[in-house]
Amino acid sequence: MRLTEQVTRSAQAAPLLEASGLTVRFGKVTALDGLNMTAPPGEVLAILGPNGAGKTTFVRTVATLLRPTSGTLRVRGRDVAADPVAVRRDIGLAGQFAAVEPTMTGRENLEMTAQLFGHDGRAARRAASIVIEQLSLEDVAGRRSGTYSGGQRRRLDLGASLVGAPRLLLLDEPTTGLDPAGRREVWDAVRALVAGGTDVVLTTHYLDEANELADHVIVIDRGRVIASGPLDDLKASVGHDVIEVAVPDASLLDAAGLILQRVTSSPPRIDRGSRRASARSAGGASELRAAIGLLEGAAIPIDEIGLRRPTLDEAFLALTADQGQDRSPQ
Amino acid sequence: MTMTQTIAPNAPITRPSAPPGGARAALEVARRALRKYFRTPGLSVMGVVQSALFLFSFRYVFGGAIQAGPSGYVNYLVPGYVATIVLFTGGGVAVAVAEDRAQGFTARLLSLPVPRYAIVAGRALADSATNAWSILVTVGFGFLFGFRLGGTVPDGLAALGLCLVYAVVFTVVFIVIGLFAPSVQAAQGLSLIAFVFAFISSTYVPAASMPGWLQPFSRYQPITPMVNAVRALILGSGSDVALALAWSALLLVVCTPVAVLRYRSA
Repeated sequence: MRLTEQVTRSAQAAPLLEASGLTVRFGKVTALDGLNMTAPPGEVLAILGPNGAGKTTFVRTVATLLRPTSGTLRVRGRDVAADPVAVRRDIGLAGQFAAVEPTMTGRENLEMTAQLFGHDGRAARRAASIVIEQLSLEDVAGRRSGTYSGGQRRRLDLGASLVGAPRLLLLDEPTTGLDPAGRREVWDAVRALVAGGTDVVLTTHYLDEANELADHVIVIDRGRVIASGPLDDLKASVGHDVIEVAVPDASLLDAAGLILQRVTSSPPRIDRGSRRASARSAGGASELRAAIGLLEGAAIPIDEIGLRRPTLDEAFLALTADQGQDRSPQ
Repeated sequence: MTMTQTIAPNAPITRPSAPPGGARAALEVARRALRKYFRTPGLSVMGVVQSALFLFSFRYVFGGAIQAGPSGYVNYLVPGYVATIVLFTGGGVAVAVAEDRAQGFTARLLSLPVPRYAIVAGRALADSATNAWSILVTVGFGFLFGFRLGGTVPDGLAALGLCLVYAVVFTVVFIVIGLFAPSVQAAQGLSLIAFVFAFISSTYVPAASMPGWLQPFSRYQPITPMVNAVRALILGSGSDVALALAWSALLLVVCTPVAVLRYRSA
């Protein structure tokens, strides 16, 4: 008995996820290439990366759908290869494919999954009712899920992963293919779960999604972690602040960009839609002052100018670009 | 980052104390497959219509030109047709299995603490049931189109029982086809292999009427003894029954572990 308690306590203290040299190969393709990472419990972790980086492979390995070719992966202290059943009891998986049965109603889908988590009939009905309320599916729970909107179906899929009261919710690109309203729906649902104490790991290639939901980010590229840390640290680590200027007329953007480049010695980014030019700045305030002076000298009117932290978008581009340069000699 | 503090659920879900047992999990998997089948008219209605149309064509269109059996072609055709109907309806099983893999339903099942054999067992249970249903409907059409029992009713029931055994066997074979097919379309295509076995056998015409080079395949592939055993049972004879059951056992023994192992890595 005391031993059981100890085991439980050590599982609680263990990292949410801990990968060491994790490698997954499909034939000649190496999807995960000696990946190392640790995620603390109690935080929302976002796994970012371009398409084909290995995000989905990583989630499928956490979910015990794939076995590591080599290396180890522990979920709350349990090895996915040695103890897959324990891992499955701890996780709920919701995927980029909404894996619900379209010919069954929302409630039927939830009750089925609850039973497959191990609930008896009564507990399954209760779990389904709680999840329906939690995800605001009351109005559609009696309809076949084949008739749902994209956002509703995704929320039902999310709900199906929750009826077993998982300790870790795995969301593989939870909003891919949804319209903005559907994304909002799913984000609100995930936030509510996080507030209720569920640990969440999500993959996304939408930076704003990570920004909205995550505390902690790891960036994967070509099967390896290229950056990891709290979201704010990650933004800070790509360095330098950014000078950004907005001008009233898009035809002035190139001239403004050239001035930014002269001041900061880094290539400007031009966004014509929002009529903004920006560039990374090592010199901070003094460079900002110089830029303002030069813009006024060139008679370029300024709507808005300022020094700001880099966005996750910029951080991500900088990281994956660096990685590409490292490898180009190969 | 703005974190909207939504109210935490005040009635938390209790964690199940143990994963589900194999039998309960299998029944739940089977229930879902049956619901899908009976709630999709394209599956449940069209399957029956198709099998009736096929039987109708053989009985009334080709039948007149085929010389088989002392008691008329209908009494030769119907037992063979019923015994092998799952070779035609089973394509639906392979497609359903491939669809579940393509659409992520299998991934969801595999992420749950469900024993792997229960996923196969549930699938096999449900599809055997729907295939048994096709068999019973086809028997009905058989009588409607003029088939009559040559022996006693218990003999007829024994023959029907053997056909139901085949339903289970072929179901597992088609599950394996669905698991190995790289896509849903491929599952449909691969299922056509079954047609070769159905047609080049004693199901529709006696093997002796085929050209000499084709006869060895027709005679020694499993469908011929399986069909012959059903015909024999109807007439109260046990010939070929042992061979048919041996083939059934062999197919099950080979395909079941393959299905369970393949599901594990789906």
